[in-house]
Amino acid sequence: MWLLITAFAAVLVTTLWYMSPPADKYRLGFLSLIYWGATLMWLVDHVMAYAQEGGAFFEIDARATGLGVSVLILGLVVWLIRLIIADPKRITKAILGSRER
Amino acid sequence: MACFAAPAAVAIVTIIVQRVVKKKEEKEGAGSAQQHARILGKWTKRLRWLNTMLWGGVILLAFEHIWHGEVVPWPPFLTAVETPGEVGPMLREILTYGLTMTLVILVAWGILVGIAEFAERRVGAQSPTDAENTEIGGGA
Repeated sequence: MWLLITAFAAVLVTTLWYMSPPADKYRLGFLSLIYWGATLMWLVDHVMAYAQEGGAFFEIDARATGLGVSVLILGLVVWLIRLIIADPKRITKAILGSRER
Repeated sequence: MACFAAPAAVAIVTIIVQRVVKKKEEKEGAGSAQQHARILGKWTKRLRWLNTMLWGGVILLAFEHIWHGEVVPWPPFLTAVETPGEVGPMLREILTYGLTMTLVILVAWGILVGIAEFAERRVGAQSPTDAENTEIGGGA
């Protein structure tokens, strides 16, 4: 299930990145690459496990869904940290600057 | 068990490669302003795509392993190491699953670079200045 959720997120974020202006102000390219990296790795994991052990290709239950959602949140947190550090709208800088004064 | 160890090891190498390439590009870009804009960051940016895919995958896979109790926050970190007879299968998994994952990421990155190169050449044939602004992956 986490493979499906991450793959869906990868496609969605890539679409948003494509629709955003070329400058990619909000680093959506970065987020989409994170999700694509994980999607490809899990795809390999699922295909190889299925070829070797058989069984169900996707684990579809509440626990697997919980993992999928948690993985999405973790990806968003990584992206958010990167976005705050890059600070494209200079919000962090403005807040820190006003506090210093 | 620990399949993400192989891409993590490769990601450490590619981070070093990216740093070396960045320094090289900065040195090469010291010429004219136009040449500087064209050369600076081209391969650094492309290697950053690779590193983002590798590290992104490694971080999310490591989380999945923690979720499944295969990785713990205390030494030796991998539960398979503590279980008798599990070290061999773990190493085999790193070599088979891990290396295949890394290979697939490298192939995907190669395709991405190929598309970027093709787009850059196509735009460059129309307008040389537009080619400099062509990029895939944005600020990744």
